[in-house]
Amino acid sequence: MLDASAVGHASTPVEAAVEPGRLRAFLDAIGETSPVYRDPAAAAAAGFRGLPVPPTYLFCLEMMDAADPFELLGDLGIDLSTILHGEQSFAYHAPAVVGDRLRFASRVVSVTEKKGGALVLVGVETAVTTDAGLPIADCARTIVVRNGRPR
Amino acid sequence: MSAPSLAVGDRPVAKTCPPITRTTLALYCGASGDHNPMHVDLDFARAAGFEDVFAHGMLVMAYLGQALTDAVPPERLRAFSTRFVAITALGDEIRCEGEVVEILEGDRERLARLVLTARDQAGREKLVGEALVAV
Repeated sequence: MLDASAVGHASTPVEAAVEPGRLRAFLDAIGETSPVYRDPAAAAAAGFRGLPVPPTYLFCLEMMDAADPFELLGDLGIDLSTILHGEQSFAYHAPAVVGDRLRFASRVVSVTEKKGGALVLVGVETAVTTDAGLPIADCARTIVVRNGRPR
Repeated sequence: MSAPSLAVGDRPVAKTCPPITRTTLALYCGASGDHNPMHVDLDFARAAGFEDVFAHGMLVMAYLGQALTDAVPPERLRAFSTRFVAITALGDEIRCEGEVVEILEGDRERLARLVLTARDQAGREKLVGEALVAV
């Protein structure tokens, strides 16, 4: 059963590479045409040490390179067909750029029932660092589970 | 890029994205690594009680992020957050807007706080968010 006992549960850390081809596919998918994300000279002029990733891409990298992108949900017994994304935040410490190898460490920080248990909100925080341990970002998301438990 | 000059009341973020199609969702599914079938598989969405597939919330947040870094240099972005207020449907044309509501003195730099919204073609809120930008 999904309850507060899940707080503290951590998923397997994910190592993810910021690869240029995959990043271009993402930029194309969202219609991002700004040269800063595509042209090394424009990125360098903006002060980046390489082509930077757009603001939400860290969320994607963890899923792309995880052996099982839905591991945490599976561990908590959450069915994919019952979830919605409630909230998402990023606090950026340093830019991630093409060529970086990043580490994602995610853990459950809260489980809250709403509407008499018809909805359960699961808070997950993810620390993103370089493979050398330098902080890149702290991400947080709230997963909304519909009918997480019978009323 | 140099520090943007932002003042309370400025509305630097303003962008309308193309209508969301099934192709948009298929491409985003592959390129984002979010393979939840809810967004690409009509049978799965119907079995879950929805009339049709709907957009990934993170696609709309990516649109909002794009509108944001069109308006402010990406290297100045310090924080970005959203609440997903309503499901974004196929065909929706997302309009992203943002207004500077506060200038803060941070530990190391001054920050502009922006309130952001993503609305559909009827003006209904889909995402409401915030960003902190170094100025």
